[in-house]
Amino acid sequence: MMGPEIPLYLTVASFLFATGALGVLLRRNPLIVLLSLEIMLNGANLAFISFARRLGDGDGQIFAVTVMAVAASEVVVGLGLVVALHRRDLELDVDRLSTLRG
Amino acid sequence: MGDFLVWVVWVLAAFACLGSGIAVVTFSNPFYSALALIANLASLAVLYLLLAAEFVAAAQVLVYAGAVMVMFLFVIAYVGQRADTVWTGGPSWQFVGGVLAGGAILVEVIIAIGLGASGRLRDEADIDAAFGSPAEIGRLFLTDHLLAFEVTSIVLLVAAVGGVVLGGQSRRAPEEEASLGR
Repeated sequence: MMGPEIPLYLTVASFLFATGALGVLLRRNPLIVLLSLEIMLNGANLAFISFARRLGDGDGQIFAVTVMAVAASEVVVGLGLVVALHRRDLELDVDRLSTLRG
Repeated sequence: MGDFLVWVVWVLAAFACLGSGIAVVTFSNPFYSALALIANLASLAVLYLLLAAEFVAAAQVLVYAGAVMVMFLFVIAYVGQRADTVWTGGPSWQFVGGVLAGGAILVEVIIAIGLGASGRLRDEADIDAAFGSPAEIGRLFLTDHLLAFEVTSIVLLVAAVGGVVLGGQSRRAPEEEASLGR
């Protein structure tokens, strides 16, 4: 294979995943939390595709496409929640959303 | 020469990918974060192409960077640009805990990959030209992974219904709204 080897791709994937995890843990705007979640999913996708290339097996790519569909569903539900929050004039801050607290 | 070009493309794409990822997390304005995520997804598509995943790269640009991000930008424009409140007054326990947890995840992933596959990751399998092409992905989806394919359609349907239920709700009556404890 020309160019960089698989471990380098996996390094990028794990850094992406950690970046997204930091965003999910630290940011308080639910929109940015959702965007960071996308970064985590894409880090996982990059790992899937790297391993598919390593093994010469298409299953990893199938999984990546499925992850994309799940990510799209998750965005729909997440953005629906953000819009519902906005309509009720609730503050967009995940630390202060306690209406559903049991 | 070809090897050198691949390396140049890889370095550019990988650093664009990591840099825009950090930008998404650090920008205070969600609109800029979403634009940085589009750059992130595009540079990831370049990495997918280098890994012989043509179909996934095309789907990434069309579905992700196209459709999903446009939806994001619409909602951000609808909600309005309320910037996050800026962090004030030193690192709180939340900030320290978040950084520790993120670092721990990174270390765990690297150790797991390093221990589980030390050295064996380097020798890639030989692949033919059909690997990762739309025809190959379609064949796999309709033979080995038919159940995943069908379940995905149900997941998308449920998400669409959920989006309509959450977003399409008519405004509540004023007295009911007032009774909701803020």
